[in-house]
Amino acid sequence: MSASPGRIASKKRPGRRADVAERTATGGTGPAASGAPVLIKTRGLTKEYEDLVAVDHLDLDVRAGEIFGLLGQNGAGKTTTILMLLGLTEPTEGAARVVGLDPSRGPLEVKRRVGYLPDAVGFYGEMSGRENLRYTARLNRLEKSVMDETIDAVLEQVGLTDRADDRVETYSRGMIQRLGIADALVKDPDVLILDEPTTAIDPLGVTEILELLRSLVEERGMAILLSSHLLNQVQSVCDRIGIFSAGRLIGQGTMAQLAERFGEGKQILEVGLDLHGDAEKARARTVLGAVSGVTSITGGARPGDPWHLEVEHGADPAAVRSGVLAAVAAEHLPLTSIRAVVPSLEDIYRRAVARPGGSRVERGRATAGEVPA
Amino acid sequence: MTSTTSAVEPAVRTPAEDTTTPSRARSIPRAGWMVIASKEFGDHILSSRFLVLAIIMAVAAAVPLYFISGQIRDAPSGATGFPALFIALFWLTPTVNDQISLPSVVGFLALVGPLLGLAFSFDAINGERANGTLPRLLSQPIHRDDVINGKFAAGLAVIAMVVVVMILGVTSFALIRLGVVPEAVELLRIVLWILVTLTYIALWLAFGLLLSVGIRRAATSALVGFGTWLLLSFFGGLIVSLINGIVAPLTTTSGEDVLKNIGVREMLQRLLPDTLYREASLTLLNPQVTTVSTPATLGQYAQAQQRIPSLFSLDQSFILIWPQVVGLVALTVACFALAYVLFMRQEVRA
Repeated sequence: MSASPGRIASKKRPGRRADVAERTATGGTGPAASGAPVLIKTRGLTKEYEDLVAVDHLDLDVRAGEIFGLLGQNGAGKTTTILMLLGLTEPTEGAARVVGLDPSRGPLEVKRRVGYLPDAVGFYGEMSGRENLRYTARLNRLEKSVMDETIDAVLEQVGLTDRADDRVETYSRGMIQRLGIADALVKDPDVLILDEPTTAIDPLGVTEILELLRSLVEERGMAILLSSHLLNQVQSVCDRIGIFSAGRLIGQGTMAQLAERFGEGKQILEVGLDLHGDAEKARARTVLGAVSGVTSITGGARPGDPWHLEVEHGADPAAVRSGVLAAVAAEHLPLTSIRAVVPSLEDIYRRAVARPGGSRVERGRATAGEVPA
Repeated sequence: MTSTTSAVEPAVRTPAEDTTTPSRARSIPRAGWMVIASKEFGDHILSSRFLVLAIIMAVAAAVPLYFISGQIRDAPSGATGFPALFIALFWLTPTVNDQISLPSVVGFLALVGPLLGLAFSFDAINGERANGTLPRLLSQPIHRDDVINGKFAAGLAVIAMVVVVMILGVTSFALIRLGVVPEAVELLRIVLWILVTLTYIALWLAFGLLLSVGIRRAATSALVGFGTWLLLSFFGGLIVSLINGIVAPLTTTSGEDVLKNIGVREMLQRLLPDTLYREASLTLLNPQVTTVSTPATLGQYAQAQQRIPSLFSLDQSFILIWPQVVGLVALTVACFALAYVLFMRQEVRA
């Protein structure tokens, strides 16, 4: 499956591969590749409805070769933002540039180069999946000669080749979702905007889809903006994440950056010990507590439960880790696992959303540096 | 604002190259609305509602024809100089026996036409919306009005096809079974009448489109559409009489009063599109019709009584019904324009 996007890329875009190869050689397809062109850019983007501000002064940058995740509750303004990026709704204020164009002035060219998977996507039930894609291809004025080839390729990418000629009304919700992704890819876009791409897809399918997105970004240098409320998927696939709440982007950056900003500043080591009996536990607690750099110990209440060691602020986690290992080895404690606990996106998200209005100032400071003078 | 623009400008490099790459060349475009129209046309032709309407139209043509054919056959021998015999097929009111008479082909079309128009448009936009296909469709590189234009064009094309096939059926029946051959002018009258018929149905198509934009649920818009049709077709006359009775009551039997009453009724009836269509059709198809209104004063009435029956030439007939045609076109344009504006201003999301 991972070979197919490459095949399309090489067939249809001779220029792209060299570009990608160059970028991989210099070591950065990820967000770090700050030299990559910004394909989605908004400044002060605002959408007001009569009685509510759906999107409030949004500043966003998505570069080629990265997956940006928009995270937020229902009604946080994710879909409105996406519609403004596609020129499907007019911003009240502010500007957006998608592939360097203003979507509200030149929506046609933007829509030609941006693949969009809407939330709760639908297809014409009485037509087959392939026919639906062909309709999209015709609306995009694809040449007849490349049309069938492209459609075959995208169908294979999303794993629908077997069912492509069945009527869409016989598809499951997950298959429709896959077809939606295929539909967004038919036009061979530079930017992919996916609104809740993995809802209704089974867990194995989700992994496949996320792998596909990853390969599109890496091999084709696409920029992908995806909105989701499924936190661990966003965490697993996105290079950078923007947290949306009540129309405002209250934080954006990589997981590490977000963790730093919204985390509690604590580092935690998780240690698994195979202990039986209270005496053993008490002994373990003393041993672990004696390691330099460990400030407190929690957990281990039930057998099999991991222990959480909080690392002293400023202490080198690696040193603490080897300290723990040495102590455990010296005391012959039955160690089963040891790892640093990364704050999950869920923790970050909960804290970010819960944080009172002050985040606005912070956002202003964070983005000020990014605007080229 | 200006600073934002300049900040954004240098952002894109790679995609800019892309536009010049030949690999991205697209075939010379069919306009977006044509792609939509051809898809919709195909959908309509294969849909079950098309089958039902084709059957209705066939019945609308065949039943009057069956009963008229006898009358027509008798006509040449009975009345010498029966004018424009061929097209009489379309407007003659067939009589089954002394009690029962059926609507003519024109009458049938006046009744069924709206049904045809509504059936192909009542779910045009809200159907897409309910299906979840509207945002996807609008995110393709087409203008938003391509959607509504394409759908209107497709509906009109299907209707034109059905109507023309039906009328060709009637004419070929006349040629083969009755041995009546049309004259050139008669054919021209038929062509003009087809255009008037299409305008009349297009009015209802545009009305259906308007409903499909304005009403979120297809079932509701169907109900409103067919309800309006029912109201105007079957209770229209009743409502007209009611208002007529209030505005120009028939208190005395004096000639002036009666004429005033009739005048007001005619005016009210012309607010109904099917009256406009009937008047336009009958005048176009029957050169004997030289007036569509009852005289407004007793003097004119007396004059009309004394007039020698004559035949209208095509241009005279056409001038006579020009207001009706303009009325139909104006109503159609108004409905479509309203649907258009509403759709352009609507949010994509429900």
